[in-house]
Amino acid sequence: MNAKKTLSAEARRKTILSAVLAVICVIYVLPVVAVVINSFKLNTFVKTDTFALPTGEMYAGFENFIKGMTFGNYPFAKSVLYSVVITILSTALILLCTSMAAWYIARVNSLFCKVLYFLCVFSMVVPFQMVMFTLSKTANSVRLLGFWGPHLNTPWTIPVIYLGFGAGLAIFMFVGFVKSIPMEIEEAAAIDGCGPLRTYFSVVVPMLKPTMVSVGILEIMWVWNDFLLPYLVLDKNLYRTIPIQIQYLKGSYGTVDLGATMALILLSIIPVIVFYLTCQKHIIAGVAAGAVKG
Amino acid sequence: MKKKISSSNSIRRATRRWGLFFLGPVTAAFIIGFVWPFVQGIWLSLCRFKTIKGAQFIGLDNYAKAFSDVGFRHAFWYTAMFAVVSLVLINVLAFAVAYFLTQGIKGSNLFRTVFFMPNLIGGIVLGYIWSMIFDGILSWWSTSILLESKYGFWGLIILMCWQQIGYMMIIYIAGLQNVPGEMLEAARIDGATRTQTLFKVTIPNVMPSITICMFLSLTNGFKLFDQNLALTGGQPFIIQPGGTTIKTTEMLALNIFNTFNASGGSSQGVAQAKAVIFFVLVAGLGLCQLGYTRKKEVQQ
Repeated sequence: MNAKKTLSAEARRKTILSAVLAVICVIYVLPVVAVVINSFKLNTFVKTDTFALPTGEMYAGFENFIKGMTFGNYPFAKSVLYSVVITILSTALILLCTSMAAWYIARVNSLFCKVLYFLCVFSMVVPFQMVMFTLSKTANSVRLLGFWGPHLNTPWTIPVIYLGFGAGLAIFMFVGFVKSIPMEIEEAAAIDGCGPLRTYFSVVVPMLKPTMVSVGILEIMWVWNDFLLPYLVLDKNLYRTIPIQIQYLKGSYGTVDLGATMALILLSIIPVIVFYLTCQKHIIAGVAAGAVKG
Repeated sequence: MKKKISSSNSIRRATRRWGLFFLGPVTAAFIIGFVWPFVQGIWLSLCRFKTIKGAQFIGLDNYAKAFSDVGFRHAFWYTAMFAVVSLVLINVLAFAVAYFLTQGIKGSNLFRTVFFMPNLIGGIVLGYIWSMIFDGILSWWSTSILLESKYGFWGLIILMCWQQIGYMMIIYIAGLQNVPGEMLEAARIDGATRTQTLFKVTIPNVMPSITICMFLSLTNGFKLFDQNLALTGGQPFIIQPGGTTIKTTEMLALNIFNTFNASGGSSQGVAQAKAVIFFVLVAGLGLCQLGYTRKKEVQQ
């Protein structure tokens, strides 16, 4: 009898908890709802009637989207393209190069490896402000292949900068994982006649896959949302990533078009939310792995 | 056994020859993207310069100027206060949410999904979303977030809570799921109340997660830039009797950024010195964390 009573009390407690959390959840998504509402509202009403639905005279249709997408004679599609190019190239480059380096560091462990690994861990605690000035100057003067090729300040070459500045965390995570893989598998491959190249690409890479997903997600989230690095490195008249273009739209002097800003913000968070909902499990696992290690 | 060692040694020797291939790209990029700018940054903090080539060594002058800069000192205290307040709020709330979500209630997965979502939105975008919301609310009293520094402070706190609670929650959930079930069971059988169990059993067992989250939110608070720039950009400004302007909601990272961009580039040396001070501060926090977690691991 008593046990039954506590059981039903427990069930009631859980229901109340669920209800409270559901209310908080609704409050949690309200800011996003506000963005959606205001992206369809005429600019003059955004400030005065922020939380009203865009009905009647407030309704702007797709005007804000059209305005936002052509703001400052800079098509938003170009920003999207540059953001996508930079994110994909940087993430691919980081995954390939740092996993190779991490495997070599963990397996060879020479003095040079130790120094490089130490510097990588060190770079993780250095804030970007420390190097931002000199890094942007370096990117303007260094060419892709030493004395030949484009400078490092274009969307196609900025991945090299991301590789350099982002190597720390990626190498740290990969080395930690490689050390947990038993050597025997690679030894077996070597006995079967695999050289280091073959061993790495056909034996080690498949085993690294889960860590690659974690690192990849952390890098995608960082590069896609990064504002300051591309802002300082790229020529902003030619190349604006999504955050830079939004900053231009809102931060430009004179009248700020809030409706158009919200339209662009909506366009920029839709892909993020879709990406999140499709790979949610990996994203949460990756973030947890990165946090616990870093 | 002996054979095994020699075979792994021969593999190592064979791999070693490929050093340039495996390490070359990362090493080159790392030097360009980190080592060289870092070394150059330390050097330039001791120089007066407009262009890097024309740098002139002046010793610690820039540091003296940085420390005597009222705006920089204000930014330091403002940042420290922000970091501590956000640390407490974010961690208490995130722990509470994680604690409730691990009690097997209905809809846990959905709640987790929603709470984590803001974490994927970039800082600039977050800042503009919330500046619209705060201005919308404050317009009822016909004021704005840009008009009073206390609005800017608490606005940024709310923004950071919205963004970071989900992130810390994930770490806390991982920690809470590792608390041994037998321990909780034993506490229940011994007649411990829910509160007693929470404080005497659960919290001591998730201490590692709590440490990680506290340091993460502390360093995140210190390094904050995008959200600060987008939400208030340092406004409102106060002009002091001496003519110097204090940007009341400007944090350290934004202060450094603004010093670099100050007119004429005459203060770039000072800005770089500020950046070095900032680095020492943030790296110091990071090293404390490393030392602390190491010590914990040894004890366990």
